[in-house]
Formats: sequence, structure tokens, C-alpha cells
Amino acid sequence: MKKILMGNHAVSYGALLSRVEVIAAYPITPQTQVVEKLSEMCAQGKLKARYINVESEHSAMAACIAAEQAGARAFTATSSHGLTLMHELLHWAAGARLPIVMANINRSMAPGWSIWTDQNDSLSQRDTGWLQIYCESSQEVLDSIIQAYKIAEQVLLPVMVLLDAFFLSHTYEPVDIPDQGLVDQFLPKLDYAYKIDIKDPCSFGSLLPPEYYLELRYKMQKAMEEAHDVIIQVDKEYQQMFGRSYGGLVEEYRTEDAELVLVASSTAASTSRMVVDQLRDEGMKVGMLKMRFFRPFPTQEVINALKGVKKVAVIDRNISYGQGGIFCEEIRSVLYNIDQHERPPVFGYIAGLGGRDITPTTIREILSHTLKEDKPKENIIWIGVKR
Amino acid sequence: MDRGQALKTTIPEEDYMTSGHIACPGCAAPIAMRYCLKALGEKTIMVVPACCWTIIAGPFPYSSLKVPLLHTAFETTAAAASGVRATLDIKGDAETTVVGWAGDGGTFDIGIQALSGAVERNENIIYICYDNEAYMNTGIQRSSATPWGAWTTTTPAERPEDKPKKDIIEILVAHQIPYTATATVAYPHDLMAKVKKAKGIKGSRFIHILSPCPPGWRMSDELTIKASRLAVQTGIFPLYEVEKGRKYTITVPRKQGVPVAEYLKLQRRFAHLKPEDYDIIQKNVDRAYERLLRKTKQSEIL
Ligand SMILES: Cc1ncc(C[n+]2csc(CCOP(=O)(O)OP(=O)(O)O)c2C)c(N)n1
Ligand code: SF4
Ligand SMILES: [Mg+2]
Repeated sequence: MKKILMGNHAVSYGALLSRVEVIAAYPITPQTQVVEKLSEMCAQGKLKARYINVESEHSAMAACIAAEQAGARAFTATSSHGLTLMHELLHWAAGARLPIVMANINRSMAPGWSIWTDQNDSLSQRDTGWLQIYCESSQEVLDSIIQAYKIAEQVLLPVMVLLDAFFLSHTYEPVDIPDQGLVDQFLPKLDYAYKIDIKDPCSFGSLLPPEYYLELRYKMQKAMEEAHDVIIQVDKEYQQMFGRSYGGLVEEYRTEDAELVLVASSTAASTSRMVVDQLRDEGMKVGMLKMRFFRPFPTQEVINALKGVKKVAVIDRNISYGQGGIFCEEIRSVLYNIDQHERPPVFGYIAGLGGRDITPTTIREILSHTLKEDKPKENIIWIGVKR
Repeated sequence: MDRGQALKTTIPEEDYMTSGHIACPGCAAPIAMRYCLKALGEKTIMVVPACCWTIIAGPFPYSSLKVPLLHTAFETTAAAASGVRATLDIKGDAETTVVGWAGDGGTFDIGIQALSGAVERNENIIYICYDNEAYMNTGIQRSSATPWGAWTTTTPAERPEDKPKKDIIEILVAHQIPYTATATVAYPHDLMAKVKKAKGIKGSRFIHILSPCPPGWRMSDELTIKASRLAVQTGIFPLYEVEKGRKYTITVPRKQGVPVAEYLKLQRRFAHLKPEDYDIIQKNVDRAYERLLRKTKQSEIL
């Protein structure tokens, strides 16, 4: 069945179809429609979930952690300041190996207050142990929520599904809503092996002396590594059942004979796709690599896509102050170990922070700058800064 | 009144708030700020978390305030106000008043930890909560200040708010702070007198202002003052103060024979209520008012 949905409601439908059992959430612009829809679904009895109207995001994540530990499929959605207030508990959720799924609407951090998009909120959760999926359309959002539970429950790590504030959260698009019966087959009821059980009393999260801590963190990293194949497998199964695939961790678009590859994520990727088509029509050999997953980092996919191309241009709607664009730095780092003659120069562009629009013109500007120069002169090339 | 005779107002003329702010028409929040600043004067620093006032203050490079305004994260008002106070103290500025100015969500819910911490330390700050009884800035979600029976987007009419409004004043009183009071914009003299009194006291002071919000209360713009007045007359929001955590004084008594229904009927957020619901609310209001009266009597003996 097709419905015209805003990105935020695609999240709610994804959670509904995944039959989440406990929702704990707190309102924040531009996430509110996600939770309003879910509380409406609960009030109307469409979704049999316990909805906890908590008093902060910190409590939202704490409640999700405890609910999941008690054996229920838990869900929350937030954005920006809400996500960063959860930071402590994000480490906790992953460290406790709980397959929680959360949607985060990418919104800039204050000060000054901004409700508009960039990725610094979620990318600064990089080292918490959550998988991260950056989405480009409402359809991808809905499908990714369902995929996320399947992945999370196999590798026992939590997953964050990301969508750009307003450009995606508030844009209406036709979305195919999969059949509940099929989703139930794809995503069976959660059977969490390590749950709180009155008949088998265990203590969770006890003091962990140095003899044990390192091993548990080693296992977390192994789970992240294992997630790579699980993601690809889940995406394939999804394709078989629902006819849609997102390429697993990344999507290569018209990169076959490309001399210049543009790397983008989220809605900037869909604009880039259009510009790539235009430039191809104009006879230029350009392609795009869409970064769908950021964690686990698609190391092999990035190498495969970029090895031997003449130039790479990365668009970052984020920044690690004192270093550079976060996707760009990680891409440079994984290319370091390939043969020097196959290693392309990587141009790092920062654009669109705080919701400044990344238009086709912005992307053309980035591409023509990349074509003009042999090598990047600076670590960061800023686009559109009024100086 | 004689023609030609200038209308004399007893409200001070000095203004530390400008016109051109961007609140919705009929919003009580800017009116409350304006009166408070008139009472506080220019040596005031405002600390404001995420709330409608973040917007009302105006986007960069504008400000609707003529005093310094420090924006702060949603849950941090009282901690941030404590920080500003500490710097003024260390720099020897005893004259400037530091005011934390937050909505009900920022006070009753996400900010209550920082608030309790600050007032327990008896920080030398005034904390003013303008209470529109929901998260208005994010589009009318319930808070723990939402009254029983009210509609919000997270308490839909089929399942309206089913818990009583949190009694924030009693929570503050339990911290035994020097001064706690309630106010509304329908009684500006009472409001300003309380703010002035608070300004003259050292330590933690808390003022709770009922702040009607026409879109959130589903009420016509021009009814803000009327709703504020009826809230007091019906006794659903009594005007009183508590000194030193024990001396209760009602500053504007409720009016006999004004049923709470008159207040509720102005607002479509209560439109789904049945006559028996009105009875429940009336009983609760009467009971709470009786309790308040008893406290004022008890504090006379204390
Ligand atoms: C940590 C965090 N969570 C959520 C938000 C989103 N947020 C901004 S204002 C607001 C509601 C404020 O409600 P209230 O304090 O009652 O003030 P009002 O808007 O009603 O005036 C919310 C939920 C935020 N800014 N930061
Ligand atoms: S939504 Fe309500 S509280 Fe916010 S500015 Fe408008 S009237 Fe005022
Ligand atoms: Mg409010």
C-alpha cells in the first residue's frame, strides 16, 4: 500500500511495522511528529506498545535500555540536544549489548539555537558503539527501521537511523508500506537471550575489574565487524521479500568508469545523484558513492569504489573541530593502506552546516573546484562561507 | 474622565523589553517578562533555556530585551544562573540580579534536577517559571504542569491528561527557600510587588506565573487577561506567597461564586470534558483552596 508520508511519519510506520513494545520518548523539534504519530497509534490501539512520556531524553534512553534488558523491543526518537543529552546512556546501551533502535533527526547543535540540519549531533556519538544509517528518502527511512531491528537483534548492538531535519523529516513523499504479515516473517518476535528473568536471577552491569573489561570491549568490536556481513545479508533478504535494496553499507552510483567520484550522505546524496546525471549528460565521467552506513565504517566498500580513480570529492555536512570533515577524514584514513599509485587525492568540502541548503549549484561548484586543482591545497575547503 | 487629561498609569514607564518581539498574538509570556523587568530594573541578567521565549527574544542579530540574555541548554537554567551569580560574586558585583526564566517543561520536568540542586544550595538567584501548561515551543505536548482533563498532542481528546498538575510551589516550599510566590498577568501590581519583594531578599526565590497560550489552550487571542483573571477568581490558580518556607499569605483572594467552569469553558483544550468532569475539577479546586487557607491560618500561629 502506498501512502504520502512525511519523513517523520515514515519513522513511525517503521516502528509500527516492527511491532515495537516499549516506546520512551521526549519531544524536540524536528522530531515531534514521530512521537505524536506513535502516541496516536497507541491511543487508537493500532500499536500495542507501552508508551512512556518521560521527562527528558536522558530518561528516555535509560527507560529503553531497561525495557530492552527486560526483554521487550524498545524504540525512541530524538534529535540534536536530545541525542547529546543521551550520550552517557548511548555508551550504556551498546555496552550492555542491547538491540535498541532509535531514529535521530539530524539537527545542528547550539549555541546559537538552530533547528536546521547538520550531522554533528550523531557523528559526535561515533565512539559509543551504535551502528549508524544515514537515509536519503522517506522510503529508505521506513525500510531502514525494519532492517535496523533485524541487524541489531543479530549482532546485539543498537542502531541509529538518521534523517536530515526538514529536508527529509518534513518532506512528503509517496512511501510503500509493506504488508504486516511479510514484515512479521522478516522480523520475528524478539527473543532476547540475556533478559532479566525472575526464574534465573542474574545481575546486569556489575563492577567489571580490569581482568574482564578489555575482553568485553573486544567482543563489541568483533560484533561491529560481524555487522558488516549481517547488514549485506539483511539488505539482500529485504530485497527478496520487499523488492527494495540499498546496497548494504554503501551505494555506488554511476561509478563504473568515473574519473571523479563524489562522496555524499543523507539528502545531499540525492541532490548529488541528480547532478551526476546532469554532468554525465554533459559528457563528464563522474559518479557518486553514497555513504549509507557510517558505523560500522564501510572500509572495503570505500576502497573498492575509490581505488584508482583520479580524484575524490567528499561533501561533509559536519565538522570535527581541529581536524576536518568527519566522513572525509575517515575516508582518507582507510585509503592510506592501499598502494600509493592507486590512491586518489581526496578533496574535503564542508558545506551546509546549520541547515544552509546544499543545492545542485553547490555541488557543481564543488565538482568544478575539484576538476580545476591537481591536489587539495587545504585540508578543508569551505563552501559558501561569508568571510 | 476629563477629556484632555492624560491617562496616568500606575505601572512604571521604564521598559526593558522592546516591541517587535515574535510571540503569537495574545501570548502572556512577553507580558509577564515586561512586567517582571519593570520591577527588576536594568541591572538584571536573564538566563533562558529552550522554550517559547528562545523564539520571542528574537533571532540573531536582534533581541527584544534591553538587558543581557544568556541562552542555555533546556535542562540547565538553575545551574547556569548559579554560574552567572558565582562570577558576579567573585567580581564583587552584589547589585545585579540574576534571573532564570524558564517554561513549565524546563522547570517541572527536564530542569527540576538543576532547580532542586540550586535552591537546596540556596543560590542567590530568582527563578521565574512562566507556565503555559505544556511544551508549546515544540507544538503542544503535555508536561507535568498540564492540568487534569486537558487536551494536548500527546494527550489526545480520546485519552486526555489523567494526572493532576504537579504542585511545583509545594516542591519549592519543601526546600525551605526564602521566597516562593504565584502571579498572573491579570494582576500586574500584585505580580510586580512580588518580583520587587523577591529582589529585596537574598537566596533562592521562585515565582510561578500562569501564562495563557492562545494556540496551545485553543482559545481566542483576546482572552489571555480574562483567562488569567478567571484562574485567580475561580481559585484554580490562587495568588499567594510563602516566606521562609512556612509563612503562607493569599495576596488576592478568590471570588465567591465563580465556578471553575467559567475558566475551563474559555479554552477548547477542555472542550471534550463532560459535566461530571467539571464537578471533579471543581471539587479538587475547592479542596486545594481549603488546604491553602488552612496553611495561611497555621502560619499565623507559627
Ligand atoms: C535536551 C533537549 N530536549 C528537548 C528540546 C526541545 N525543546 C525545546 S523547547 C521545548 C519545550 C519547552 O517547553 P516549556 O519549557 O514548557 O516552554 P514553552 O515552549 O511551553 O514556553 C522542547 C521540548 C531541547 N531543546 N533540548
Ligand atoms: S505558542 Fe503559546 S507560549 Fe508560545 S509564543 Fe505562542 S502563544 Fe506564546
Ligand atoms: Mg510550556
